Amino acid sequence: MTAPRRRGRAHEVRAALPWLVPTLILIVGVVLYPAVLMGWTATRKYNAYGVERGPAGWDNFVGPAGALTFPTVPIPQILINTVVWVVVVVAITVALSLLLAQFLNQKFRGRKLLRLVIILPWASSVVMTATVFNYGLQTDVGLFNRLLVDTGILEAAYGFTKNPTSAFWVAVFVAIYVSLPFTTYTILAGLQAVPEDILEAAHMDGANRFQRYTRIVLPMLRPALLVATLINIINVFNSLPILKILNETPGYNTGHTTTTLIFEYKAQLGPGVASALSLVNFAFCLVVIAIYLAAVQPTKEV
Amino acid sequence: MAATRRRGGIDQPPNPIGIALGSLVIVVFFAFPYALMLISSLKSREDIAKIPPDYLPASPQWDNYLTVWASNVAPGGALLATTVIALGATLLVLLVATPAAYYIARFRFPGRLAFLFLVLITQMLQPTVLAVGLYQEFSSWRGPLVWVALILINAAFNLSFAIWIMQAFFASVPKEVDEAALIDGAGRLQTLFRISLPLVWPGIVTAIVFVFVNTWNEYAAAFILVQDPALQPLTVAMPRFLGLYVRDWQYLFTTAMVAVVPVIILFAFIERRLIGGLTAGAVK
Repeated sequence: MTAPRRRGRAHEVRAALPWLVPTLILIVGVVLYPAVLMGWTATRKYNAYGVERGPAGWDNFVGPAGALTFPTVPIPQILINTVVWVVVVVAITVALSLLLAQFLNQKFRGRKLLRLVIILPWASSVVMTATVFNYGLQTDVGLFNRLLVDTGILEAAYGFTKNPTSAFWVAVFVAIYVSLPFTTYTILAGLQAVPEDILEAAHMDGANRFQRYTRIVLPMLRPALLVATLINIINVFNSLPILKILNETPGYNTGHTTTTLIFEYKAQLGPGVASALSLVNFAFCLVVIAIYLAAVQPTKEV
Repeated sequence: MAATRRRGGIDQPPNPIGIALGSLVIVVFFAFPYALMLISSLKSREDIAKIPPDYLPASPQWDNYLTVWASNVAPGGALLATTVIALGATLLVLLVATPAAYYIARFRFPGRLAFLFLVLITQMLQPTVLAVGLYQEFSSWRGPLVWVALILINAAFNLSFAIWIMQAFFASVPKEVDEAALIDGAGRLQTLFRISLPLVWPGIVTAIVFVFVNTWNEYAAAFILVQDPALQPLTVAMPRFLGLYVRDWQYLFTTAMVAVVPVIILFAFIERRLIGGLTAGAVK
C-alpha cells in the first residue's frame, strides 16, 4: 500500500466534505434537529391547542399531568410490559431462529424454496401481517377463532383483541413472527462462515454433534448473534403498528408499551408530555441495550 | 447431488423424513397468514361478513381485484403515494449514501471516526422515537409536500444501513483497481462511476432493495404526518376499509395482496445476497 502523502488536516477534511455533506445534511436536518426540538418541547408548557406557553420545568415528566404520573395511566404495568415485550420477543425470536437456521443450513432439495417462504413476514409490511391476525382473531368473522373452536381448543370464540392483556400476548406472538426472517437470515450468514474443516477435525477428535455445536458453532456465531440481537432490540422496542393494530381497547390501558403510549399522549395530552415520554423512552431503550452489552461483553473477544 | 455426499463425511446425510416434516411445519407456519390474506381477498362482501365464517369463498371473486379500485376507499391513490414515496426515498439514499460509502471505504481522514459514529447513532434512532419532533418539524408541510417530507424522513432513517452495507462492498474491491484508473488519468468521480460502481453493483442492489422495502412498509411517520386521506400511503389508508357500518375486509385484503406481492418478488430476487449482504458491514 502506498502511504498517503502528508497534507494538512484541513485540506484532507476539505477533500472529504463534498462526498459526505449530503449525508450530514440529511442526518442533521431530519434526525438530530427533531431530536433537539423534542428535548426543548419536553420542557415547555402547551395549552389545549398545542400553543407554547412558557417553561414547564420537569412538569411534563413528573408534574400533576406528567408523562410518568398522569392519574389514569397504569404506568408501572406499562413499564413492566415494555421490558417483557422486549425480552420475551427478542429471546424467543433468537432461540427459534437458531433452530430454523440450523435446519436450513442442511443441504436438501427444496431448501431454496423454503428460504423464500420464510421471507414472507419480512417482505410483507408489519401493518398487513398484524391486520391479518386481527381479522383472523375477530370474535364473529374471524377464521382463526373458528379454527380454534372447530379443533376443540376453545369452547367459544374469544375476543383476543378486545382485552388488553390477551391482545398484548397476541402482539408478542406477531412480533416474534415478523422478527424471525431477518434473525434467521443473519444467523444463517454466520453459519455459512463456519469452516467445514474445523468441524471435520473436531469430528475426528471424537466430538459429538452436540459438542461440536456448543463448543465450535455457537462461539463462531457470536458476532452474527450479537448483531441480530441488537437490531432486534432496537426494532422491537420501537415497534408501534403491531400493538396498535392488535390492541383494540381505546385509551390508556394495560396493553401498552412506552412506545405506543407516546402516540396516545400525543393525541390526548399534547406535544410537551409526549416529548417527555419520548425522551424517557429513548433513555429506557439505551439502558436495555447497555444491560445487554454489559451481559455479553462484545469487546472481549476482539 | 455430489455436494450432499461429500458433506455426509461428518454428519449422516439428513434424515429425509425429518427434513420433510420440518419443511412442512415451516411452510405452514410462515404461509398461513398470507394464505388467509389471499383467501379473504377472494370472498364476496356477503361471504366475508358470515358468522361463523366459511373457510373458503363460495366462489372466488377474482373481480374484487378490479372493483376494489372503484370502492369508496379508492386505494389507487394510496398505492400511488406509497410508490412515489418509496421510489423517492430509494433514489435519494442512492444519491446520498453512495459517495459517502465510497469515500469512507477508500480514505482515512480526520473526523472519519466521528462520521461513522454519527451514522451508527442514526441506526439506533427510529421515526417512532422521534415522532413528536418529526411532527413539529414537518406538520406544516401540507398537500403533496407531505410526500417530500416522508421521502426525506425515510431516506434519513435508512441512510445508515445503506452506507454500512455499501462501504463493506466498496472496501472489498482492492484499492489497486482504483489507483490504476487514477494513474491512467481518470478523475475521482470517473473512477467511482466507471470502475468501482460496476464492481460493487450487487451490494448496491441489496442496499436499494432494503431501503425500498422499508419505505414501502413504513408506518409511524406516515401515520403522524399524513392527515389528508387523499395523500395517505397504503399502510395508513388500510383501516379506512373498516367503516362503522360496512367492514370491507375483502377489499382490505385485495389491497394488501397488491401491496405485498411486488415486494415478495423483489426480495426473492436478492434472496441469495441477503445472506452475504446482511453481515458484510457488521461482521467486518
